[in-house]
Amino acid sequence: MFKKFFIPRLIQYFTVLFIGITLVFVIPRLLPSDPVATQLQRMTAQGQYLDPAAVEELRESLEELYGLKGGMLQQYLSYWKRLFSGDLGPSFTQFPTPVISLIKMSLPWTVGLLLASLSISWIIGTILGGVKVSFPNSLVARAMELVAMGMRPIPYYIMALVLLILLSFIFPIFPMAGGYSVGSKVGLNMRFIKDLLRHAFLPILSMVVLEIGGWFLQMRNVASNLVEEDYVVYAEASGLPKSKIVFRYIMRNAIIPQITGLGLNIGFIFGGALITEIVFSYPGMGTLLYSAILAGDYNLIMGINIFSIVGVSTAMLIIDLLYPLLDPRVRYQ
Amino acid sequence: MFTAIADMYRNDKRFAFGFSVLLVFIVIAVASLFAPYNTRAWNTVPRNLPPSSKHLLGTNSIGQDIFWVALVATKNSLVLALIAALISRVIALVIGLLSGYKGGIFDRIVMIVNDSFIIIPLFPVLILIATILRSSLSIPVLGVIIGLFGWAWDARLFRSQILSLKEREFTKTAVLSGLKTYKVIITEHLPYIVPLVMSATINNVIWVLGMEVTLSMLGLSNLNTPTIGTMIYWALQYQAIFLEMWNWILTPIVICVVLILALYMLSTSISEYLDPRTRLQMMKAR
Repeated sequence: MFKKFFIPRLIQYFTVLFIGITLVFVIPRLLPSDPVATQLQRMTAQGQYLDPAAVEELRESLEELYGLKGGMLQQYLSYWKRLFSGDLGPSFTQFPTPVISLIKMSLPWTVGLLLASLSISWIIGTILGGVKVSFPNSLVARAMELVAMGMRPIPYYIMALVLLILLSFIFPIFPMAGGYSVGSKVGLNMRFIKDLLRHAFLPILSMVVLEIGGWFLQMRNVASNLVEEDYVVYAEASGLPKSKIVFRYIMRNAIIPQITGLGLNIGFIFGGALITEIVFSYPGMGTLLYSAILAGDYNLIMGINIFSIVGVSTAMLIIDLLYPLLDPRVRYQ
Repeated sequence: MFTAIADMYRNDKRFAFGFSVLLVFIVIAVASLFAPYNTRAWNTVPRNLPPSSKHLLGTNSIGQDIFWVALVATKNSLVLALIAALISRVIALVIGLLSGYKGGIFDRIVMIVNDSFIIIPLFPVLILIATILRSSLSIPVLGVIIGLFGWAWDARLFRSQILSLKEREFTKTAVLSGLKTYKVIITEHLPYIVPLVMSATINNVIWVLGMEVTLSMLGLSNLNTPTIGTMIYWALQYQAIFLEMWNWILTPIVICVVLILALYMLSTSISEYLDPRTRLQMMKAR
């Protein structure tokens, strides 16, 4: 089992890390734009007078910071060396705060948003998909199908914007921005938690509404194939209660592809979380990314990129390693 | 091909809806060529007018006629999506067909790389590129960039089809009669997956449209070129929500949603048509 199951997954994991992180290294160097020159331009444009010697000195220190010193290979090696020591360099707009500590500050918000929306949409979508297959003509199932089909293709950004306009501007039920009210005391009390949930509601809702459809449709497709399997027909013929057939015989088997889907989609959904955060100014990595874009803070953008690649691929690996717990066929191989 | 389209049009309401809406959008794209104003310039018309017979959807705070800007924006977004979809199609087809046909160690290595591109979160990567190129991001450049990244999922899809086609008799006949690899793939396998390629392409167009809107809303495209995304960007910059200028902010949103829904219905309808079981049901219902 170790050889057949774990080794390919570990190879995949390290390939993702290698390709992704190399991509982040290569892209800025391939594109016809010099970050150091841009940075210097930005400084001189602010009206500071710098004599040429100082500019030269500045350029050198910036090049060192960006890891642009030496040949390509040398740069690449020192880039990896820095990453292994957990050093993503300093942020330029909030100098000298290290990028990693900025990311650490916003990470819990993003993880919270992702976990909440993923688990809610995955569970509801999976169950509804199973119900739809078991009772194909029920009104609820058909309505659900229609809604799922209509919501699924909408981009994250449009959905978040529409919900923002509807539920915090036209009907001002939910706050427009932020993770908690300004001036509220941070602590483990009922009032703060309520405030936190009220701010998180719209971002979570907007992601759940979009993702539920995907899980629903995939579950429906997989489960509708299973319904025709011999063992389900046998279970029906032997007079088992319908609920038992649905949950023990159909859903249990259809869950495996749902888990695979979770792993493959997590990168896309993570991107969706970043977009949703930006629309609602939710204080996670998305908003951090947005502020980095506005300020032209390359180092921070690169840091967020590297961090997302590591985070998403690790999440994917963890999901993959859950397989043996759920699928007895893998366990006894 | 035409009979298949006529068939689906008659039997599937979703296809009929999607197809008709798409035709309307093509008309819109053509009509946008006759725009009476320069849609890139500001202050060509009086500002903040409500909808009237002269300005069908009114004018916005930067002095543009919303109706004509929306038409041009729709055309530009569609052009961008088509460029990106075409480029990613070529990459996905080459990788999917070759990898599926060759199999073995080649297939395994290619698929590990392919899956890496599925897993890597593309949104931050695209942002990295767009921030660096910001000023030079014209429609074709942005299309090429998005196209260079959006192929991995479809390559896997095409490969899985080829894997099953490869086992069929006719492939063996073709190989034994001495056809070259690329000829087997192009003349024998490609025609089989044309409908699948179509539905995958439509899904890719949907993804590109969403990505364009998202990048533009972050200010990461050429903001003078009207697209669905830049229209939303300017509306938000000028606080259209707080000023309750619904004609400004809702026009691009509605266009985007209707276009995407129509495309999505087309693609699901095509992929269901591919499934022999649902086609059988359709024939029974007739």
